[in-house]
Amino acid sequence: MLDRIQKAQSLINAACKKLGRQINIMEVCGTHTVAIFRNGIRSTLPRKLKLLSGPGCPVCVTDQGYIDTVLQLADREDCIITTYGDMVRVPGKDGSLETKRSKASVKVVLSSEDALQLARDNPNKMVVFVAVGFETTAPATAVVVKEAAEANIDNFCILSGHKLVVPAMRALLSGKNNNIDAFLCPGHVSVIIGYGAFAEIVERFARPCVVAGFEPLQIIQGLSEICQQLSAGKPDLKSVYSAAVTERGNTTAQEIIAECFEPADGYWRGLGQIEKSTLKLKDKYSRFDAFRRFDITEVPGEEMSGCRCGEVLCGLIEPAQCSLFEKSCTPRTPIGPCMVSSEGACAAWFKYGRERKSEQ
Amino acid sequence: MVQVWPREKKRAVKMGANDRILLAHGGGGQLTDELIRRHILPKLNNESLAELGDSAKLNVTSKSLCFTTDSYVVKPLFFNGGDIGKLAVCGTVNDLAVAGSKPVALTLSLIIEEGFELGLLERILASIGRQARQNNVDIVAGDTKTVEAGAADKIFINTAGIGVKLAGVDLGFEKILAGDKIIINGTIGDHGMTIISQREDIKFQSQLKSDCAGLADLTCRLLENTSGIRFMRDPTRGGLAATLNEISVASTLSIEIREADVPVNPSVQAAADMLGFDVLNIANEGKFAAIVSPDSADDCLKICRNHPLGKRAKIIGEVTKTRDVPVVELITKIGGRRIIQMPYGRELPRIC
Amino acid sequence: MCLAVPARIVELEGDMAVVDAMGNRWKAKTTLLPEAKLGDLVLIHAGFAISLVDEEEAKKTWQLLAEIAEFDETPNRVSG
Repeated sequence: MLDRIQKAQSLINAACKKLGRQINIMEVCGTHTVAIFRNGIRSTLPRKLKLLSGPGCPVCVTDQGYIDTVLQLADREDCIITTYGDMVRVPGKDGSLETKRSKASVKVVLSSEDALQLARDNPNKMVVFVAVGFETTAPATAVVVKEAAEANIDNFCILSGHKLVVPAMRALLSGKNNNIDAFLCPGHVSVIIGYGAFAEIVERFARPCVVAGFEPLQIIQGLSEICQQLSAGKPDLKSVYSAAVTERGNTTAQEIIAECFEPADGYWRGLGQIEKSTLKLKDKYSRFDAFRRFDITEVPGEEMSGCRCGEVLCGLIEPAQCSLFEKSCTPRTPIGPCMVSSEGACAAWFKYGRERKSEQ
Repeated sequence: MVQVWPREKKRAVKMGANDRILLAHGGGGQLTDELIRRHILPKLNNESLAELGDSAKLNVTSKSLCFTTDSYVVKPLFFNGGDIGKLAVCGTVNDLAVAGSKPVALTLSLIIEEGFELGLLERILASIGRQARQNNVDIVAGDTKTVEAGAADKIFINTAGIGVKLAGVDLGFEKILAGDKIIINGTIGDHGMTIISQREDIKFQSQLKSDCAGLADLTCRLLENTSGIRFMRDPTRGGLAATLNEISVASTLSIEIREADVPVNPSVQAAADMLGFDVLNIANEGKFAAIVSPDSADDCLKICRNHPLGKRAKIIGEVTKTRDVPVVELITKIGGRRIIQMPYGRELPRIC
Repeated sequence: MCLAVPARIVELEGDMAVVDAMGNRWKAKTTLLPEAKLGDLVLIHAGFAISLVDEEEAKKTWQLLAEIAEFDETPNRVSG
């Protein structure tokens, strides 16, 4: 495997040398951010190749208002909050799920099915599933909503924080950011939506879009493909993740998303309001929608003072350029979600790349 | 003064395996006596303990002693490769071993929740006795307390241990030098992932097995047959990442290890991958990291590999000079570099 | 953006499966992958199989699988 990595690396070096200028490639996937850091990939790339961490961490782009809503529900005696691990430490105005006194009311689950089972096992409580994630995770939520409907499990609802990747990419290129040369596209979102979904980014904005998995070889091969395209001046749509990704994607999963959800306008931390970029439960399933069940109107929360998570998410600044980074904002005392989530650019930077500051 | 179980001889009360611990078992009277004589002593029996004195009398001639204590609260109590009892003995034995001493005596304190099954207690005690014998160490004093249901989670164990420092051995952070090699005696992450696989919220079936084992025999062999060992530590909570960071901070030197040389069982790696965990942060209970002089490294490796607990020993990296702040770095499998941070202290499974 | 790992389906009844990854067995559902069969290598995310995985490609893609494959192919190699 090492020889294939070295081959891809030399292609990157050659392409970058030929281009001569700074290249900025954005990865829109939190798992890519972490994988890049964990494998020390940046240290193997030429200096002129910069990897930007985009709004791909579903926890990071989740608005403060949503987090505060979850925390409020966690305080209710009649609720059990079920969540994936990453949300547990995200800070709201009054602490996080981890610091909540009533530990019995917060359960970490590995699957949405576990959340539904908890509802079956606790008929006297309302089980609320914190449904965050992109298109990779949305089908899992849709499956249990359908199951709950079919089995008439009334004490179950989801708080949908699901978001869609392509609208965010569009928004990035349409407004705030002109310095993105190409996208390293998320491997597992592509499993669901198909790599064909990124065609419009290539066609409309003439940016290379390459789908890669999360193994180091995958990432380097993806970057190599991008660099070669940039060097040749031929932006294209490609996938190096042929083990699992097809052009059409998983149509069963797409259908189940379409059956339960509809796209809605939504607020993304750092990017603001984006049209048709979030998933909302269809009226047919409204009784499983926690927003409607509890009559909650999501209001964008206040950003924590000094927190520049938004700019980090857009790739406008690096974590080290935020004045709170490493000082008041650390993994132990996180201020913004970018530091809390293990996929957050700031957390990854803190964990894996701090010494680079001293190299600069 | 250590309060050892009292000597009162009273009428025997017969108890079966399904019987449960009552508060009275910790009361110091009939039931306590019964508990000690019938259930505890037979499993741990040794001359010192059999006296049932208020304190153990030790005959230790050395002036150089090591002394340590640890408490054990692991859940589940029984897991593949061990149990809380085995852990309680090996954990303290290992703390003494990596300090450069030969473990001699242990104390054993039990805090038991009312309602705890006697049969389970017996299993734990049997395990403690076995481990003590295997590690050539005596449990010389002990204590049993019982608390009301809910005041403790089934059983908590504390062991304290005394070891005699090996002649001529003086380990310490200050001995570590840039250029020293780092050796680990085998695969990492086995214990932690085994425990995690049996956690209520994460449970999965696996062949994973805790590496829980007493290391004193191996460490003594190393120390008696080589002269270049500077420092040792067992990477328990927080895993290898925590240990290397502690060493780096205390010695003010930097550390560099190679991912390709860190031994990991594929099944442990796969389990960690499924949950999004980093094996470097996962606990070990039968491993030590040794910092050794460059010219003694090969001998140390040979000794390890000739021992059942060191068959997969490897030199995983070096101590290096610090540039501005002491840092622990990993050279990744693909030749990249990244920092190994001190873990947060609680690994949460990732999905998104 | 999501963690997904390859695993083999070792039990399958309806859409309830048990998958195996290097000896670790997890429950998973094949609701999103109705074409999955016993013995298939699949990608598991959040307790669901989301894609079939090509066996040959898998060895070229996942480091752990590649290492196992390499090791299997050279039984006399001593792991240094």
